[in-house]
Amino acid sequence: MRYISILIAAIFAHNIALRYFLGWCPLVSQSKKLSSAWGMGVAVTLVMTVTSAVNWPVYNYLLVPYGLEYLQYIAFIIVIASTVQVLEMVIERFFPSLYTTMGVFLPLITVNCAILGVSLFMILRDYTLLTGIVYALGSGIGWSVAIVSLASIREKLRFADVPKPLQGPGITMLIAGIMAFAFLGFSGMVGIK
Amino acid sequence: MSNMKDIYTAGVWEDNPVFRQMLGLCITLAITNKVVNGVTMGVAVFFVLTASAFIVSLLGESVPRRVRIPVYMLVIATFVTLVYMFLKAFFMPLSQALGAYVGLIITNCIILGRLESFSSDNSPWDSIVDAAGVATGFALALIAMSVVRELLGFGTLFGVQVLGSGWTQWVSMILAPGGFLVLGLLIWVQRSISPVEEG
Repeated sequence: MRYISILIAAIFAHNIALRYFLGWCPLVSQSKKLSSAWGMGVAVTLVMTVTSAVNWPVYNYLLVPYGLEYLQYIAFIIVIASTVQVLEMVIERFFPSLYTTMGVFLPLITVNCAILGVSLFMILRDYTLLTGIVYALGSGIGWSVAIVSLASIREKLRFADVPKPLQGPGITMLIAGIMAFAFLGFSGMVGIK
Repeated sequence: MSNMKDIYTAGVWEDNPVFRQMLGLCITLAITNKVVNGVTMGVAVFFVLTASAFIVSLLGESVPRRVRIPVYMLVIATFVTLVYMFLKAFFMPLSQALGAYVGLIITNCIILGRLESFSSDNSPWDSIVDAAGVATGFALALIAMSVVRELLGFGTLFGVQVLGSGWTQWVSMILAPGGFLVLGLLIWVQRSISPVEEG
């Protein structure tokens, strides 16, 4: 039950993109087309889940016993960069068709702050390994929900008469603001702890 | 020396990292509900960006292309760890207010972008000037955002009551939606003053 509520909370009430503002650089640049939004969403969800599953033992079994918690940033970023690299090679080797659609998004993910952010939040909130993984999965899905809905709205906007200086990023931010208002409605529904 | 000045001002206004390149948005949106946070984050990013630009420009060609991103990330992460420990030691309340977002400077794409596109093949001196310009532009964007949000949201600036006590606080300005709306409107203003060239 606890896992389900964490999952739901991470997707809606505590949406990583609309509540904690994480991963916005790719959200703006990759939300022009619905198809690339899907690709990015799947890639982020995958990397997020895998990296937090690795980062949790790294933090609790490697850093904490030796009092090296202050090295967490460096450790996490090494884990994330190498996980992305390994995933890229594995997908390229075994799923070439998937690689052609998703491959371009993978290098972008190393600098997606949502990935590092989820690992840091997991540590800050003292999650257990399993809760951490569920939380990461939920956050990935939540991020995908945000980028896919944003891309759908932006595709419709192509036919709208937006003032020139507001076109592109400007209007995207205003849409995001309205989406964030909508997602505020979920708060209080389920807690994240 | 006009070249130096051009490099600097481009980063501040015409290529402003937030309003033009849409980079570093997570931090911009997340911590700008108080001016103090905006200023602190601006200074922190200024330090990390100039320091890592200097180191990366010294490394130059000696880093193989394939592993350069992880190497850059390590350089950045080292400086961010310094900032984190410094804040924790001397400014505990600020450190708590910024929380995980200090760590997220590592994945701030402004920094990696500058290292990759400029510092990796320019002289250390040029790189520092470029980094300083971009960091100044970022800090100004943070301050602009946080002034609007703190003023409307709390009626204060730097925690000092500016608007009269009869001011109705716009709570949504402090919450997530306010960040997006203010950023959208500021982008509108910036691009109206100097329009984006077609291309």
